[in-house]
Amino acid sequence: MFKILESSELTANIFRMVVEAPRVAKNCLPGQFVIVRTDDESERIPLTICDYDRAKGTITIVFQIVGAGTKIMSGMKAGDSFADFVGPLGRPSEFCEEDIEELKKKKIVFIAGGVGTAPVYPQVKWLREQGVPSDVIVGAKTKDILILEEEMKAVAENLYITTDDGSYGRSGMVTKCITDLVKEEGKQYDVCVAIGPMIMMKFCCLTTKELGIPTIVSMNPIMVDGTGMCGACRLTVGDEVKFACVDGPEFDGHKVNFDEAMRRQQLYKTAEGRAMLALEEGDTHHGGCGHCE
Amino acid sequence: MEVDVLKKIPVREQEPAVRATNFEEVCKGYNKEEAEAEASRCIGCPVDRAMCIKGCPVGINIPGFVKEVKEGNVEAAYKIISESSALPAVCGRVCPQESQCEGKCIRGIKGEAISIGKLERYVADTAREMGIKPEAPSEKNGKKVAVIGSGPAGLTCAGDLAKLGYDVTIFEALHKAGGVLVYGIPEFRLPKERVVAKEIENVKSLGVKIETDVIIGKSLSIDELLTEEGFDAVFIGSGAGLPKFMGIPGENANGVFSANEYLTRSNLMKAFDENSTTPIMRAKKVAVVGGGNVAMDAARTALRLGAETHIVYRRSEEELPARVEEVHHAKEEGIIFDLLTNPVEILTDDKGWVNGIKCIKMELGEPDASGRRSPVEVPGSEFVIDVDAVIMSLGTSPNPLISSTTKGLEINKRKCIVAEESNGQTSKAAVYAGGDAVTGAATVILAMGAGKAGAKGIHEFLSQK
Repeated sequence: MFKILESSELTANIFRMVVEAPRVAKNCLPGQFVIVRTDDESERIPLTICDYDRAKGTITIVFQIVGAGTKIMSGMKAGDSFADFVGPLGRPSEFCEEDIEELKKKKIVFIAGGVGTAPVYPQVKWLREQGVPSDVIVGAKTKDILILEEEMKAVAENLYITTDDGSYGRSGMVTKCITDLVKEEGKQYDVCVAIGPMIMMKFCCLTTKELGIPTIVSMNPIMVDGTGMCGACRLTVGDEVKFACVDGPEFDGHKVNFDEAMRRQQLYKTAEGRAMLALEEGDTHHGGCGHCE
Repeated sequence: MEVDVLKKIPVREQEPAVRATNFEEVCKGYNKEEAEAEASRCIGCPVDRAMCIKGCPVGINIPGFVKEVKEGNVEAAYKIISESSALPAVCGRVCPQESQCEGKCIRGIKGEAISIGKLERYVADTAREMGIKPEAPSEKNGKKVAVIGSGPAGLTCAGDLAKLGYDVTIFEALHKAGGVLVYGIPEFRLPKERVVAKEIENVKSLGVKIETDVIIGKSLSIDELLTEEGFDAVFIGSGAGLPKFMGIPGENANGVFSANEYLTRSNLMKAFDENSTTPIMRAKKVAVVGGGNVAMDAARTALRLGAETHIVYRRSEEELPARVEEVHHAKEEGIIFDLLTNPVEILTDDKGWVNGIKCIKMELGEPDASGRRSPVEVPGSEFVIDVDAVIMSLGTSPNPLISSTTKGLEINKRKCIVAEESNGQTSKAAVYAGGDAVTGAATVILAMGAGKAGAKGIHEFLSQK
């Protein structure tokens, strides 16, 4: 069992937890993920690692309620335990293996969207610890759903916050922000790391391609085992089929077939939606809503 | 009970029409009377000459245990089997006996071979019901061995080493122990709680510890096991690996699954149960591509989930790699076999969901390297099978998690770990390996044989230390 040491709701439907998982904390690096199960009946839920403390043997996760599984997770409190918490899975971010002096010469910009801010944080923090500064753009629909602002401010060289409705920071989407920074404000970047909803990553990649900035994205497709066994997470990168769990989750964003990846994410949408409705409405759910059979 | 020495005592099974709609075990096994009658057919060849023992990858003293069954001594029979096998209830169900022990049985020359598998199952099931368990050795030798993977290779290796007094820990990547026995083979062939979980309990009662949720190569490296974690030797039984796909157009469409994914959802995650939190696509018409045991398992699962199910296989019935019994059961249940048929494209609707599989007819040409006649396309014979899901069951390629993170561990051209067949020794000191990680996808019993060889190799190595 894996004990939850801290649990809080960062903003509506987005939660943060610190979990005791010494075997994961020992060897994990930015870019990797874990798979959790709340109890013995639970599905396997993949989540990116937001932070880790090797000395304390803890992992911080941040997640958004998207289905029945994460809904149950959101009800767990400090003192409760996960039945399973396995990782680190996937490959670490590419820069973890690069020469630090070479890295220092690069201008790096991160683009984080929504709950994607969580996996961006450990990357920016890791770079800061190696003495590599990086800029961060964080996008959110409105000010209310912005997360990890203070934490990010502490590790980013420059933090640019932009809200779709202009309720905080800059106004507009992240694609506008990166375009403005490069075209209007004289910023130059050698590499971009974009993490967020697939639709955001797709449009980020279209923008950075135009701006000529190589871009890495972190894919979060449907998975079962997370160790390469099932192939549910396969996606097309260039003209190759890759498994996100063992070949990724990070890939060259300019080569990812996002349309296919987004379509594949819909595979169980109805099944997930049904499970969630049944959970929310319990015995009062008898169909007829048009979404279930 | 009347016995014709030339004929097997038939085993009771669920009626095909009934079992096609449930996940209960197909074969009901022998009762006492049937088992004793079947055992009475055994000629009782002497142990040093019995062909059946030579046909068994773990060398069970078959005439010995069959004699005890005949005389009604189940406990004695169980002890004889346990000397060689940690998983008799599993093997009695899933071993390809027809090509191993039963294939070599002298009775089989004139009549039908003894039903050794069904007798083994009877002994294991009855012993379990009687509460007979293997005992942990009273003396430990103080040496620690790590076993990677809790499938048939790992469980066998761990059990054998524990019997010799080693302190054994199995590391399992998934949340549940059993490997392919829990994620791969369906409930209707191998009940999970009643059979697999109990056999794993038996291995644990020998003193073996199992730590789930640890991925060797990620959570911990093999070198860390040998240094920081204080293990004296490591056995790698990490299994087969990544599912293969054909590389034809439409393969990433919604509704195309690997057999591994489909079976893992149904078996490990229990998605066949409507109350499971893990979803599975409940298709109307399914094509399973491939002809092995895994293809049969996937097809029979899809059928039970309510689909009209086709097996699409490029060779003819004779070349089907699946066990004859599995093919027979699948046919009885109503699986449609489209043989000498090869997919060329998966067709989709405008939203990217599967709505058909385009195939081409094949004919058998000259024998290939495997000795099987290789199929060649019949020009212009393309046709479409109308399906809404396709399950690819084409085998696997090795998982790179361990080989890519372990220095000094040699792999071959096919990326399988290189290990001595006789003792499992790899190119790295103190590291042994066996099972599908070494051979590529094979059978439960061959993996168990390799686990046994690995235990022997590790014991020899650590005895010299």
